[in-house]
Amino acid sequence: MSEKTAKIKVFRGDEKGGEYKEYDVPLFEGMVVLDAIHHIQATADNTLAVRWNCKAGKCGSCGGEINGKPRLMCMTRMDTLPLDKPITVEPMKTFPVIKDLVCDVSWNFEINKKIPPFKPKAPLADGTWRFSQEDADRVQEFRKCIECFLCQNVCHVLRNHKKEEFAGPRFLVRLASLEMHPLDVEDRLSLIKEAFHIGLCNITKCCTEVCPEHITITDNAIIPLKERVVSRFYDPIAKFWQKLFAKNDVTK
Amino acid sequence: MNYQTFEHDVIVIGAGGAGLRAAIEAATQGATVGLVCKSLLGKAHTVMAEGGVAAALGNVDLRDNWQVHFRDTMRGGKMLNNWRMAQIHAQESPARVNELEAWGAVFDRTKEGKILQRNFGGHQFPRLAHVGDRTGLEIIRTLQDHAVHQKNIEVFMECTITHFLKEGNKICGAFGYRRVTGEFLFFKTKAIILATGGIGKSFRINSNSWEYTGDGQALAYKAGADLMDMEFVQFHPTGMVWPLSVKGTLVTEGVRGEGGILKNSKGERFMFRYVPPMFKGEFAETEEEAKRWLAGDKSARRPPELLTRDVVAKAINAEVKAGRGSPHGGVFLDIASQRDVETIRKKLPSMYHQFKELANVDITKEPMEIGPTCHYIMGGIRVDAETGAATVPGLFAAGEVAAGLHGANRLGGNSLSDLLVFGRRAGLGAAQYAKENSSIKADTKQLDTCATELLKPFNQKNGENPYEVMDQLQKMMDAHVGIVREEKELQKAIDSLAQLKSKVKNVKAAGDRTYNPGWQTCLDLENMLIVSEAITRAAMERKESRGGHTRIDYPESSAEYAKFNFVLRKKGEEMRVEKEPLPKMPAALEILIKEGTT
Ligand SMILES: Cc1cc2nc3c(=O)[nH]c(=O)nc-3n(C[C@H](O)[C@H](O)[C@H](O)COP(=O)(O)OP(=O)(O)OC[C@H]3O[C@@H](n4cnc5c(N)ncnc54)[C@H](O)[C@@H]3O)c2cc1C
Ligand code: SF4
Ligand code: SF4
Ligand code: FES
Repeated sequence: MSEKTAKIKVFRGDEKGGEYKEYDVPLFEGMVVLDAIHHIQATADNTLAVRWNCKAGKCGSCGGEINGKPRLMCMTRMDTLPLDKPITVEPMKTFPVIKDLVCDVSWNFEINKKIPPFKPKAPLADGTWRFSQEDADRVQEFRKCIECFLCQNVCHVLRNHKKEEFAGPRFLVRLASLEMHPLDVEDRLSLIKEAFHIGLCNITKCCTEVCPEHITITDNAIIPLKERVVSRFYDPIAKFWQKLFAKNDVTK
Repeated sequence: MNYQTFEHDVIVIGAGGAGLRAAIEAATQGATVGLVCKSLLGKAHTVMAEGGVAAALGNVDLRDNWQVHFRDTMRGGKMLNNWRMAQIHAQESPARVNELEAWGAVFDRTKEGKILQRNFGGHQFPRLAHVGDRTGLEIIRTLQDHAVHQKNIEVFMECTITHFLKEGNKICGAFGYRRVTGEFLFFKTKAIILATGGIGKSFRINSNSWEYTGDGQALAYKAGADLMDMEFVQFHPTGMVWPLSVKGTLVTEGVRGEGGILKNSKGERFMFRYVPPMFKGEFAETEEEAKRWLAGDKSARRPPELLTRDVVAKAINAEVKAGRGSPHGGVFLDIASQRDVETIRKKLPSMYHQFKELANVDITKEPMEIGPTCHYIMGGIRVDAETGAATVPGLFAAGEVAAGLHGANRLGGNSLSDLLVFGRRAGLGAAQYAKENSSIKADTKQLDTCATELLKPFNQKNGENPYEVMDQLQKMMDAHVGIVREEKELQKAIDSLAQLKSKVKNVKAAGDRTYNPGWQTCLDLENMLIVSEAITRAAMERKESRGGHTRIDYPESSAEYAKFNFVLRKKGEEMRVEKEPLPKMPAALEILIKEGTT
């Protein structure tokens, strides 16, 4: 183990406000920011609040802002950061802070409940279904989402307090995973337009840039959904055909 | 004392695969359900499972069926499994996996468009339904999204249960606190399903999260329920060994399932030398045969890297001890020489990512350095095979927290299927029990004691730092109760546990009750001590080596010890270890195991 140390500036406080406290932490091989936070927690201050579970980028618990950038603390190696000045670690900014690095993300769980559940088409006689890997590939990308909410955190629509109206990139990804699911027959397009307000997204792609799972949120999920909305609600010829072959629309 | 009160027919503690499946089933039966978990929804251990879920669907190899799966599970468990659980599990897991598909899960596909299955250690045929190497995420998200649309389920995230209440001998409630506010919670209920997972945090090198402090096992034990098979802790053969930051982090067995091989520092593929007598003749004997198997030749036998986990972990340990280890004290796991870049990245994306980001290793080009890591506990709460009922009325358990299915060693993939099969059965069992016991009342006088105990760490003036005590406990368990054990080491552990007990009585929490991880750690420690003691005492009594339990002073398996499980019971302040004879297996199943199915 080396003798080297790094300085970390951590937000300490709650919804009412707080301060940045500086700590020295010893560096070791392969160390990630979450290790540094754990070190502080175990030695300097047992009350330092942080969420984590897997420490391997799989559960999406440990999102925060490191030197101003939204990242997973467990996947951010200290040796990729400039160590000549203190590393700043803060909670995500779009959600109310509960304490220190932990914020209130419960809003996301409420939005999720509003999404009409998966509804499969009738199975084959043996009770199962068949579909190809290519069909699976289309939605498996979306299903990689670990719900870290980093995309929600950077989306300017949500930052500007449109939480009542806009579902945010995470849930547009989830809607895409249902809408493009090879077996699903539910129709969520009017909801996507009227309740989840996909129109508010102006494709800045900030969400895609921060996704630790490298989901191409905008190009593969949001834009195709927008196109479906446009062709359903604004394209007269498509509208005519859709009337002929209407799926069951949940809003009706 | 202030607390909030909630009332449900069934309280499910734990929102991993087992808890979610149990909650869905109990709600479907018409019970009102409270679902309580320590973290946010979707973050339980189940999310981390990688390789797959075992079910004899026979989609890839038609020769597979429940009988073969049953036989593999029993032999993998070194015959100490509860035969009835192993039978139910093998018979019902295909339906449970198909049901996930009906709820929206998207598994990888075969050419015919069916659910694809991969090879795994100890499974005779390709049996693990999977989604690349993120199967657990697919399963937990599917269950979670299904559960939140059930009318009868109320979810309590980031709440920790610390006490059970009993009326006479029956369960009647649970007490705990809400992390975000620190406020106390009282759940009135008729039945409790424990689905709290494992104990990995008792060891320092582990693949587990902060949640794995043995809460369920400890709560059940304190309530008077039997714990069983606690000596059987699974050390997964392939954890990362370097860099330090990720020591213990899991490398999925899927790497070997996809063809990955193990080598020592001399470049030898050493597993050929470690095939135990029980499996002689069933594995490839040359590299050439293993190669043919990988190419899909069905007449070739499986490579020895796919032996059961206990065998592989011990082999790695022996190679390292013999001085043939890798630079950081492990051995090499190599997939780069066996599969092309595209296949590796498609089938093992998260392993690729994990090594690239955390260890600067490109697994499509270089071997990984790996070694054993504490991963899973086969033992736990002793339950009824049909209903998941524990030995205390009103208490049920399912998933990793329960014992029986896996015996002395668990096969990879058999946990995720365990969660689904027995989660559902516990949900049924508890809902039924709640219906039959609708008049249970809880005595709230007990609550004051619960609250006082919870607040105690705040009142310690010169107490111990809980993180330091936890570190001492983990190091002690690694040193004396780890992958190889012996009497004098176990005795040292018993002595140290007594000392640690007095330290734990003294741990202190600073600050207030709002989202306070130090306080939480104080509360976790008591549970960790109980499960550590149970593991150590059971390990002391089992004077043989079998599955996940290895004694250097008794290196062989003994026919005598094959006849019973060890059960731990609370008698006053003392933890008793008692023998329970194995339930008698029906002759037809016995023949199946002896003769195989072909
Ligand atoms: C990295 C990794 C990879 C794995 N890969 C595989 C695999 O490929 N295949 C396979 O079959 N198995 C695998 N396993 C094992 C398997 O994932 C676990 O055994 C299984 O997920 C456990 O599920 P569970 O439902 O029993 O518990 P968990 O999913 O761990 O859930 C436990 C729940 O209990 C809650 N809880 C605990 N204590 C309390 C308390 N006091 N109060 C309130 N709530 C509490 C937790 O918050 C959590 O919600 C893997 C394990 C790991 C760690
Ligand atoms: S692309 Fe749309 S959803 Fe993504 S950050 Fe920009 S506005 Fe938000
Ligand atoms: S889409 Fe990506 S960034 Fe958004 S929550 Fe999911 S994993 Fe996180
Ligand atoms: S702790 Fe799970 S993603 Fe960081």
